[in-house]
Amino acid sequence: MAFADTVRQRYQADLQGIKAAGLFKEERYIHSPQSSEIEVEFPAGSAIRKCINICANNYLGLSSHPEVIAAAHAGLDTRGYGMSSVRFICGTQDIHRELENRLTAFLGTEDTLLFPSCMDANAGFFEACLNEQDVMIADRLVHASIVDGMRLCKAMQDTYKHSDMRHLEEKLQEHQDKRSRMVITDGVFSMDGDAAKLADIVALAEKYNAMVFVDDSHATGFMGKTGRGTHEHCGVFGKIDVITTTLGKALGGASGGCVSGRRELVEMCRQRARPYLFSNSVAPVIVAGALKVLDLISVSTDRRDKLEWNARYWRGLLKEAGFDLKEGDTPIVPVMLYDAKLAQDFARDLFDEGVYAIGFFFPVVAKGQARIRTQLSAAHEKQHLDTAIAAFRKVGKKHGILGLDN
Amino acid sequence: MDEIAKVVRDYIMREYLEEGDERTITETTPLISGGIVDSFSMVSLLRFLEKKYSIDIPDECATPEAFDTVDRIVGLVRRFQKAEVVRG
Repeated sequence: MAFADTVRQRYQADLQGIKAAGLFKEERYIHSPQSSEIEVEFPAGSAIRKCINICANNYLGLSSHPEVIAAAHAGLDTRGYGMSSVRFICGTQDIHRELENRLTAFLGTEDTLLFPSCMDANAGFFEACLNEQDVMIADRLVHASIVDGMRLCKAMQDTYKHSDMRHLEEKLQEHQDKRSRMVITDGVFSMDGDAAKLADIVALAEKYNAMVFVDDSHATGFMGKTGRGTHEHCGVFGKIDVITTTLGKALGGASGGCVSGRRELVEMCRQRARPYLFSNSVAPVIVAGALKVLDLISVSTDRRDKLEWNARYWRGLLKEAGFDLKEGDTPIVPVMLYDAKLAQDFARDLFDEGVYAIGFFFPVVAKGQARIRTQLSAAHEKQHLDTAIAAFRKVGKKHGILGLDN
Repeated sequence: MDEIAKVVRDYIMREYLEEGDERTITETTPLISGGIVDSFSMVSLLRFLEKKYSIDIPDECATPEAFDTVDRIVGLVRRFQKAEVVRG
C-alpha cells in the first residue's frame, strides 16, 4: 500500500482548499424519478422533501415518460442489459445502427456515430479529424468538453470573443494559410442560454472556406419549429458540417451522445476517435428508449411548443418580479446575481421554499457573473411556475435585489 | 511603459476586452487570475508574441503564471529574445 499518511494529508489539504474557496460541490439525493416535482434528501440524512425542479436538462419532460420507459423495458427484454464490448468488436446491435440512421434523418446530416456521451464525442472528434496542418477557431464560451477535445488535438487552436462575428472574421482571415479551418461553437450556450449566430457563422464559413462544428446538446429536440436544433432555428438546416449532441438532455435524459455530420468525418471518428474505440457501446436499454423518444418528437411538436410557452411565461414572470436576466429565447433563463456567496445563499433559500435550483459562479462562469440558472421543461405546468415565482419573489425580497436593474 | 509593454497591452485590450469594457490594463493588472484572459484563449496571445518578436516560447514556459501580467509577459519575451540571439 502506497497511500502514505503524507499523501492522504496532501489530498485532505487540497480538499480543504476547495472548501475554503467556496467551490466544494455536494450531491443532493433524489428519491423519485426525474420530473418537474422531485423528492429530495438534502443535506444527507435529513427528511425527504418535495420540490419543484427548475434546474434539470429535462427540456421535453421525457426522462420519465411512460412510453419511453415501456420501450426501454422492451429493449431490455429483447436485446439484454449490456454489450460487454466496444462497438467494433461485438458491441453493435441492429438497434444501434437504427438509432444512428434515425438521428441522421432528424438532424439533417449525412451520417451519425453514437458515443457513450457527448462529452466523449467532443473529446474524441477533433483529434480524429484534424491535425497540425489545420486550425480550430472556437467561441470562447464553448463547453468544457470541447476545450478538452481541442487540447487533445494537434491542430492549431484559436478563439474568438463570444458570438463576435467581426472577431471571428478576423480570425478566419488570419488563418487562410492553414489547410483547413473549423469554426467551433455551442448551438445554445449552456450558462448564458443564448443561441449562436449560426446563419452568420455559416455565411462566414462559406466566404472563408471553413467547416462548422456545433455542439447542440442544449438544443436538439426543441430549438427550431420542429425541434431539430439551432440550425433549424437559425435557418441553416443541412448546412452544418458536424453536430455533436446528447441523448442525456431533451432526448430522454439517460446518457449517450453522438457525432453527426459529413460522412467522411463520421467515418474518421469510427476509425480513430478514442472514446468510441475504447469504451463500451451505449446500453441497449438506452438505445431502445431513445428510439421511442424520436418517435414521439417526430410525430408531434406539442412538447417543444409547450416548452417554448413555458420559457416565455417564466421569463415574463421573472422580469415582472424585478429580476435581472440574461436576454435570450431559449429554455435556459439565467437569473443574474453577480455575487458568488449571494448565488449560493439564494439557492439554499429557494430550497427552503420548495424550489430546487443551483447557483453557478467562478470558475464555471466568469468572475462577477454568478447566477441561478433556471431551466424550463415541458413537464412544468403553469401552476409549477406560479408557485416557483412566489418563492423567487420571497427570496429576492429577503436579499433586497428586486428591481435593481430597472 | 516601454515599447514591448505597450504592444502587449494593446493586443490584450483588442483581443480580450469586449467593446465598451472600460477596464484599464497596466503592467501589473492580473490578467489570468483576474479573469481577463483564460487559459483556453491564452493561446492566441502566445502565438502573437512568437510571431511579433520572432521567438519560440516552449509550452512549459507558457504557464498561466508567466502570462499573468504585462510585466511578466515582457520578461518572458526578453528572455527568449536573448535566447534567440545566443542561438543565432
